[in-house]
Amino acid sequence: MQSEVQFAGFGGQGIMLMGQILAQAAMQAGFEVVWIPSYGPEMRGGTAYCTVVISDRPIGSPIIRNPKHLVAMNRPSLEKFASTVKPGGVIFINSSIISIEAGREDVDVLKVPIIEIAKDLGNVRAANIIALAAFVARSKIVDFDLLRESVKEKFAEKEKLIPLNMKALEEGRKAALS
Amino acid sequence: MGKVLMKGNEAIGEAAIRAGCLNYFAYPITPQSEVAEYLSRRMPEVGGVFLQGESEVAVSYMIFGAAGCGERIFTTSSSPGISLMSEGISYIAGAQCPAVFVNIMRGGPGLGGILPSQADYLQSTKGGGHGDYKLLVMAPASVQEAVEMVMRAFALAEKYRNPIMILGDGLIGQMMEPVEFPDHLKVEATNKDDWATNGMDTRKSKNRNLVKTMYLDPEELNAHNLKLKAKYEQMAREEILYESYNLEGDYKVLIVSYGTMSRVCRTAIDNLKENGLEVGMVRPQHLFPFPNQAILKAAEKPNCQAILSVEMCMGQMVEDVERSVQGKRPVAWYGKCGGEVPTPEEVMEEVQKLMN
Amino acid sequence: MGKTFQKPEALADTITHYCPGCTHGVAHRLVAEVIDELGIRGRTVGIGPVGCAVMMYNYFTFDFQEAAHGRAPAMATGAKRVRPDLIVFTYQGDGDLASIGLGEIVHAANRGEKFTTIFINNAVYGMTGGQMAPTTMPEQRTTTSPFGRKVADVGMPIKVAELLAALETEGYIARQTLTKPKYINRAKKAIKKAFTYQIENRCFSLVELVSTCPTNWGMTPVDAIKWAEEKMLPYYQLGEFKTPDQGQTGDSKS
Repeated sequence: MQSEVQFAGFGGQGIMLMGQILAQAAMQAGFEVVWIPSYGPEMRGGTAYCTVVISDRPIGSPIIRNPKHLVAMNRPSLEKFASTVKPGGVIFINSSIISIEAGREDVDVLKVPIIEIAKDLGNVRAANIIALAAFVARSKIVDFDLLRESVKEKFAEKEKLIPLNMKALEEGRKAALS
Repeated sequence: MGKVLMKGNEAIGEAAIRAGCLNYFAYPITPQSEVAEYLSRRMPEVGGVFLQGESEVAVSYMIFGAAGCGERIFTTSSSPGISLMSEGISYIAGAQCPAVFVNIMRGGPGLGGILPSQADYLQSTKGGGHGDYKLLVMAPASVQEAVEMVMRAFALAEKYRNPIMILGDGLIGQMMEPVEFPDHLKVEATNKDDWATNGMDTRKSKNRNLVKTMYLDPEELNAHNLKLKAKYEQMAREEILYESYNLEGDYKVLIVSYGTMSRVCRTAIDNLKENGLEVGMVRPQHLFPFPNQAILKAAEKPNCQAILSVEMCMGQMVEDVERSVQGKRPVAWYGKCGGEVPTPEEVMEEVQKLMN
Repeated sequence: MGKTFQKPEALADTITHYCPGCTHGVAHRLVAEVIDELGIRGRTVGIGPVGCAVMMYNYFTFDFQEAAHGRAPAMATGAKRVRPDLIVFTYQGDGDLASIGLGEIVHAANRGEKFTTIFINNAVYGMTGGQMAPTTMPEQRTTTSPFGRKVADVGMPIKVAELLAALETEGYIARQTLTKPKYINRAKKAIKKAFTYQIENRCFSLVELVSTCPTNWGMTPVDAIKWAEEKMLPYYQLGEFKTPDQGQTGDSKS
């Protein structure tokens, strides 16, 4: 079994970090994982995206044209990648800034206003963690407890931010399941 | 230490330290600058040497100077930078100094692009700089394999007193995968007293040592080159390394592919198998010496109709594949470059074409 | 009566291939004497140039590396960084150091690499047969400036000592010449100072030596000395251009 998640958005939205946290959690769950970034000048202020491949077997091609899931953090990402997602996958939409629809009937569309939720938590920078939590809760791609551990590990050097991100995880999960 | 999730470039830097190499000189270039960034923080922690040189040309000679003193040393760069270093690499090979170079390839020629490529195959395996010399060329297909190859490279460099090239495409440097650093791959440095300029006081013999490449006498230079040639022949006997995939079955097509490209081919082979078509693969892990015999043997299997060399470039390894197969089967090439990585579907299509 | 002549231990007992009147032999001997006097032969690594002195390792009795053209400072950087206990020096001519290797010497000096450079400035490419160097004098004839060096076309000769002394990093930069015994004694003092600063792990050190090349200048050795003194010394002035003791302006360590 192999699943792939494409994370896409603006540079600065924490796209790479979301992918790394998911990859870390999947590794802890015993899966084979690959995280692949977009890199170079295209990252400077423009679109940033990364792909995480999770599998129970050694991963062959790390280049994925048709991911199982998409986490779209801005409108251009949704426009560009919505049609590539495999039927039956999850398309996460950051509805705070994306006003259009995914345009797909054969996928599970999850819209969460992550920026508003993050503002309510007191720090807009937690928006990516809310999105990641909502996506994981809906797709069940990894165990939620492992995601929590992975977030803690990622913020180990910025310990002050851990309580905020734990709250963000809970809010994201609530939003996905409500 | 268990598995950690690491970016290829950082894992390469860490692997060198774990192998006992505490000296690194480099010049930044995409897509491998993370090695220098990582080691600029890490080397001071382990009491090692980190220096950012003024150019790749200068770096290749910093490597030469340090290697000439008998110290373990390595650098990393990407295609245009390796071209600049090729001058120094020729001298290092000529002077028979051990050193490890890593090329995280990007597209060319010229500035080309920054996305993954395998377009430096010929440059690496046929020498690269001026004169008759060869590099032992290792080609990892995963971050874990890159780690293991870096760790083995220092001992091989010392065994042959020759530079080693680790040839990875941009993806090997940029992607993150779980890695482990196997302690057993750390090999103690060899005694270099019979040739290194490590200071006469540190040696038992009080003869001075010379690190040089010039032999103006034609007979002497010929003899020197014969000595180098003997080393490359020894490599060809002792350092062939490849992996077979699906060669047990009754395959109709044989793929030859390396690095990230071979993983794409593996997926294509799995998918074709589900569709009822058997395809085998030889994945060279060392590109020089090249596994000629293994490829010939696999190609000669009765039902194998054609060989396909799949590369992220315009067809370079295919020349060695043709040489291996010796005209006994048709050899085709498929590839893309510029950062376009062929997909499993495209490889499947090429294989199907060969069947028609 | 004691010995009036003794070959330094650091110098090999052999005949050099240098032309009559060439000052490489004098410069070699000064380096060898200094290495003997400082007692560092067993931990010294010389790095030779490409040029007439390419085979200089034949004339010394300690470890040597042979560099590519212009790259000796990069090799010295590599050697010294990984083995700071070694005494490392480069010996380079004007084509090697001031032309193809200018980048390497400037950056090594600017990083304050703790090695020593002996820079032989004889205003011409020697080994390749008398072509124009970056240090060739205005109107000086060479095989590639047959009508004399035209400043309007190729600029003025590069004053390496002044150029490197202008760097803000601490260093020892001096220029001496080898045309007369009085100057030779001063040159030796400068070379000894340069090595001493390295032994003390103080700074980068470079001694430029205004030298003669009778063969490629098309002169007798005596005329060559006269020409160096009359034409070169007014332009390439002798002295110390920078010492670490001065507390150079802009030096953050002082």
